[in-house]
Amino acid sequence: MALIPVVEKTVQTNADKSVDTSVDTSLTAAGGGPAVTAEEVLRRRRRQDPDTAPLWEILDQVCDPEIPVLSIWDLGVLRDIERTGEHITVTITPTYSGCPAMTTITEDVEAALARAGFAEVSVKLTLAPAWTTDWISAAGREKMRAYGIAPPVQRSHTVACPQCGSDDTGLISEFGSTACKALYRCNQCLEPFDYFKCL
Amino acid sequence: MACNPVRDRSDKNHSDGNMSKQTIVEYATRLGDDALILGHRLSEWCSNGPFLEEDIATINTSLDYIGRARMFLSYAAELEGAGRTEDDLAYTRDCRDFKNLLINELPRGDFAFTTVRQFLVDAFNLFFFEALVGSTDTQLAAIAAKSVKESRYHLRRSRDWMLRLGDGTEESHRRTQTALDDLWGYTDELFHMDPLESELLDTGVAVDRAAVRLRWEPLVTELIDAATLQLPQPYTLPGGGRQGVHTEHLGHLLAELQFVQRAYPGLQW
Repeated sequence: MALIPVVEKTVQTNADKSVDTSVDTSLTAAGGGPAVTAEEVLRRRRRQDPDTAPLWEILDQVCDPEIPVLSIWDLGVLRDIERTGEHITVTITPTYSGCPAMTTITEDVEAALARAGFAEVSVKLTLAPAWTTDWISAAGREKMRAYGIAPPVQRSHTVACPQCGSDDTGLISEFGSTACKALYRCNQCLEPFDYFKCL
Repeated sequence: MACNPVRDRSDKNHSDGNMSKQTIVEYATRLGDDALILGHRLSEWCSNGPFLEEDIATINTSLDYIGRARMFLSYAAELEGAGRTEDDLAYTRDCRDFKNLLINELPRGDFAFTTVRQFLVDAFNLFFFEALVGSTDTQLAAIAAKSVKESRYHLRRSRDWMLRLGDGTEESHRRTQTALDDLWGYTDELFHMDPLESELLDTGVAVDRAAVRLRWEPLVTELIDAATLQLPQPYTLPGGGRQGVHTEHLGHLLAELQFVQRAYPGLQW
């Protein structure tokens, strides 16, 4: 909603300057992952806005407190950065409505920008459009797998074991250690593992 | 519930008059109270679940409900514009000011009771929020869009448990049937439209609960049958939640929910 004017402006800017738009668009539907939506391509282009590009890189250091290998960018929680003079407005969105990490993420965003010398920061929480696992970046999905969490797949696909890669897995519980994960077991290597649910 | 970042409200519908603003405040409070009270009931299973995985699953569902309550109550508080916050609404109102439906406040009972209530309410919420997504109030629509995805998950789990318990052992079947019989009379209140909601329905803000019933009944009836349970004889218990007339259980629940803020007013984490 509030993001739309910014998107349009940025697209124009980028088109004018023929900026390379191929960033991280390697994400495809292979392996049950999502195809890149047009909306997501626009979000990735926004990173290249010369006004805010360094800020996006600073916030790449802010990680999800519960999955510390994932940045809030990888997770799709970081939606937008706007700069008006010295004032910076960062827009984030919660993964789940009860996600207890939002307060920590807000504080971490403010701290990261403060360390880089930006004092005037406000963090906005937006609900619409609702977060979806489709926003997790390709790099994020790989980091998640390496960390031992199976990344989300469409319901028709099997959940592969992040340890041994076997497709012979079974659901133990619809909810794992956090609301965003389910608990699975690998019938091949016998390890239990978290699966990041498709939402 | 404190430390909330500034919310993006730039897309809010500002054109409403003061009267209708107040009705939306009341509507959001009702929906927030439903979520808060059931979320608290579910949280009581923390460390009391039948086994570890279900303990965690129940608490995660509770967290979704409490998150939903925060979204509705912070919206109500902001729209009201009287300087109150979501915390004030959750922790300092008394029984009569709570507007939740009675089914949400009943004690958690045994695991069968919790499961049956969750199934009946999850199915209701799925259809209710699917409809609320189309609300002319953009903030209510945004909260609904967030909630509906979670309700789909909640229902998957509670539906599976209904089948397992209903079509399980003799004892699990008996307990589940008893819970269903005890809860059935409270379901009617889920579908009651009072003048306030009818007025909001006319302006496209509220959901038509009668239409939700048309989707809820077939799903529930079919699942009850699949779980080898008997559909209870229809009966209706008196409602009253929307008027602040509650069962004796709500006061006990609030005593626990509000204790810290009552003892140490304004305390923050």
